Amino acid sequence: MISVETLHKSFGKLTVLDGLDLSIDEGGIFVILGPNGSGKTTLIKSILGMVVPDKGNIAIDGKPVLKEWQYRGNIDYLPQIANFPSNLTVAELLKLVKQLRDRPTRDQELIELFGLEPFLEKKLGHLSGGTKQKVNIVLTFMFNSDLIILDEPTSGLDPIALLHLKELILKEKEAGKTVLITTHIMSFVEEMADEIVFLLDGKIYFKGTVNELQQKTEQQDLEHAIAQILKTEHV
Amino acid sequence: MTYSFFDLMRSRWSLVYFGFYFLLGMVLLFLNNDVSKAVITMMNIIVVLTPLIGTIFGVMYYYNSKEFTELLLAQPLRRSTIFLGQYFGLALSLAGSLVFGLGIPFAIYGIVGSGALVSFILLLAVGALLTFIFVALAYNIGLSNDNKIKGFGLAILLWLFLAVIYDGMFLISLVMFDDYPIDKFSLIASMLNPIDLSRILIILELDISVLLGYTGAVFQKFFGTSFGMLASFGLLLIWCAAPVALIVHKAKRKDF
Repeated sequence: MISVETLHKSFGKLTVLDGLDLSIDEGGIFVILGPNGSGKTTLIKSILGMVVPDKGNIAIDGKPVLKEWQYRGNIDYLPQIANFPSNLTVAELLKLVKQLRDRPTRDQELIELFGLEPFLEKKLGHLSGGTKQKVNIVLTFMFNSDLIILDEPTSGLDPIALLHLKELILKEKEAGKTVLITTHIMSFVEEMADEIVFLLDGKIYFKGTVNELQQKTEQQDLEHAIAQILKTEHV
Repeated sequence: MTYSFFDLMRSRWSLVYFGFYFLLGMVLLFLNNDVSKAVITMMNIIVVLTPLIGTIFGVMYYYNSKEFTELLLAQPLRRSTIFLGQYFGLALSLAGSLVFGLGIPFAIYGIVGSGALVSFILLLAVGALLTFIFVALAYNIGLSNDNKIKGFGLAILLWLFLAVIYDGMFLISLVMFDDYPIDKFSLIASMLNPIDLSRILIILELDISVLLGYTGAVFQKFFGTSFGMLASFGLLLIWCAAPVALIVHKAKRKDF
């Protein structure tokens, strides 16, 4: 579904993506792992067209997407840091984003799920970090797109919201959608991931299931497996 | 569709700006008691003030709406649509405040019948153009500087340079190179500054040779009054189009 070929990106002298190749099939939950600054967000933003890569190709469903824009109509994206215009209310923001895509949304259902009704008329600048993240999640999931990209979706969420989020993601998977997630929470990965993509130094270091990773590193749990990779790579 | 939102968000400031010009127009008319004299006073204000307001609002608006821009970038929208939409939304509302804020008091006062109508319309047109030019320049500064403070500083410097320092440097160079034929130099120098250019354009129309100054005189000699006006108006349009093209160019290459 998504294919990335020899993607290069540097910010000044810092090379973030260094000839990255990746292909992701349709359907399932794919988790992108990697230490801080390994290029997870840059990879995601390249797929979204927010970062312009120096070299390489990205195609979704066989169609090249670089410099295109219509394809974003079928992607839902949850940004890492929820930055909203602070002088809008939640309801206004939802209405505005809905106008951008001409199709039915399920925001009402999601607002109820996350208990956001009391906040609808509040300004976004006055919300707490966790509530903002909930608004972020509603904005992301309301369009029902085939490809869902979540950048650190768990940050700031309370346990109940986290549970709802997990259910939501599993439901999307059952509906045959492709979900791309970055996270640092290993229990989340073990629970959710169909496949892991491990990024290191701007390249794919490992791609496979959680079990395969544990076998490869001869470690029992994921946390140690990851630590093992980082140790052997950075000695 | 997104523009309507931008208009909404700015409406308060636009109203303040509108009110300011409205008051300014009224006060000038009552003080001068003469439409054509008020037009001259107005010119001096517009030529300096519209660039300042355009620059500040432009750069402020860019940084303020940055978060929303990032949200829009992940949506199925063309990059040029996003940035041009913001640019035109802001520039149009500022220009609108200027034209209506000044236009209404003068219309009440009865400019339509008087001989100064053409000059007045030209004045408003130049003010609107200057707004478009400086909002575009400010947007370019915003796009090239992620650091807010630096962007603000540069924008203010740009205005200060074009509105004040440029003239000073120009005068000094004229005095220093007094013995050389510097007509061509001064001609080109005035073309490189949209504020100078608008000043010349309006004075040419008003036909007040005392106010022309050196550059104006050279301009008039070189082009003649009517062609000079056309030339300076055309140059102003180029001054407007070039930064807008640059916005599109920069927006396409920027990482967010």
